[in-house]
Amino acid sequence: MFEISPAEWTAILLSLRVAVVATLVATPFGIALAWLLARREFWGKSILDALVHLPLVLPPVVTGYLLLLTLGRRGLVGAWLADNLGIVFAFRWTGAALACGVMSFPLLVRPIRLSIEAIDRRLEQASSTLGAAPWQVFATVTLPLALPGVLAGMVLGFAKAIGEFGATITFVSNIPGETQTISSAIYSLIQTPDGDSAAGRLVVVSTVIAMGALIASEWFARRATKRLHGN
Amino acid sequence: MLRVDVTKQLGEFSLEASFESQGRVTGLFGASGAGKTSLINIIAGLLRPDRGIIALDNETLDDTSAGVHVPPHRRRIGYVFQDARLFPHLNVRQNLDYGRRMNRLAEDQAQHARITDLLDIGHLLDRRPGQLSGGERQRVALGRALLSKPRLLLLDEPLGSLDESRKEEILPYLVRLRDEGIPMVYVSHDAAELRQLATQIVMLRRGRVTALGGVKVLT
Repeated sequence: MFEISPAEWTAILLSLRVAVVATLVATPFGIALAWLLARREFWGKSILDALVHLPLVLPPVVTGYLLLLTLGRRGLVGAWLADNLGIVFAFRWTGAALACGVMSFPLLVRPIRLSIEAIDRRLEQASSTLGAAPWQVFATVTLPLALPGVLAGMVLGFAKAIGEFGATITFVSNIPGETQTISSAIYSLIQTPDGDSAAGRLVVVSTVIAMGALIASEWFARRATKRLHGN
Repeated sequence: MLRVDVTKQLGEFSLEASFESQGRVTGLFGASGAGKTSLINIIAGLLRPDRGIIALDNETLDDTSAGVHVPPHRRRIGYVFQDARLFPHLNVRQNLDYGRRMNRLAEDQAQHARITDLLDIGHLLDRRPGQLSGGERQRVALGRALLSKPRLLLLDEPLGSLDESRKEEILPYLVRLRDEGIPMVYVSHDAAELRQLATQIVMLRRGRVTALGGVKVLT
């Protein structure tokens, strides 16, 4: 009944790899950006804020196309990276990870930013009067207190990344074993006459993964509140 | 010796304070809104003066005309806030140890034991700040500031958030602390408190120093 075929496994494992890599690589950037948006005032802040949220409101196919234009093999940045560093995103699983990272970035940044904003700045002041340099304040007070938010952001970003479809298929196409994630596999299967049961299985798998991620995120959020209130 | 000569505009409020203090415990006295907290925030380096000089012993900490501003973490000035501000994610032991770790000082068991004894907080070491009473929290905050080995200790109404009986609980510790010999600036709007603790008074009113001298100026 519920037997997952090798081809389906390939898509599931690829999706997991793409989403894990996308989340892990995006997280440090997400933390840096969240901190910048939460704690600093600078010229162009609202533009940067809008830019971060852009993938959330743009049609995913537009984001994917923009990625193709810039980072595709003939794209300005893509050609340079391929010629000088040997890094190729186009039609590779790394490109899928990049597309997923970009698409999930707003969801990653938001909880981190909110949790940094929720931290009492007076604790950071207290830390500096005890001799902590700004980076030490960040490492020993800001980041630990924001950690539940960071984890919640990672979980949300991961859930988004694993379900990403439009930008990924536009940027890196739908190549089994290389760029065919669960979503693009489902898309292919429902286009084929006998694909319904296989598509059904993948739908169940992706639902389970997404549910798990949401429950985990809820759990982290609850821990965050508890932590900030002292116990 | 602490030398303060600063001006700072904060919205409608203007602070213009100048005094020198030789005393072991300088009491900064004034009603709420007199600018006491702004003034010690300037001394701590958390707030930058618009103009003027802050000097401690022979070191200039702020000198706006020379563009000098030593950031708070390099001042070695301890600060006990009215609301304690213990780190909620660390237990009492880690809170107490925080300043030593940040300043990369060697562990000093004797000092640690002496301070925890002096403040009676030895039995609280494994608790989180959320599990402490207001008075306990304030004692831990005192210990935390002291263990960072500051050369000056700022106390901003350390009894302000406590009820009468709790105040009576903490006051003896502060007297003991004064007798330790570490120079302090003690902010309060309570003349009785300052009479017990201060050796010199700076009276502040609407951002101006209105009186300077011994505790006699409080009457």
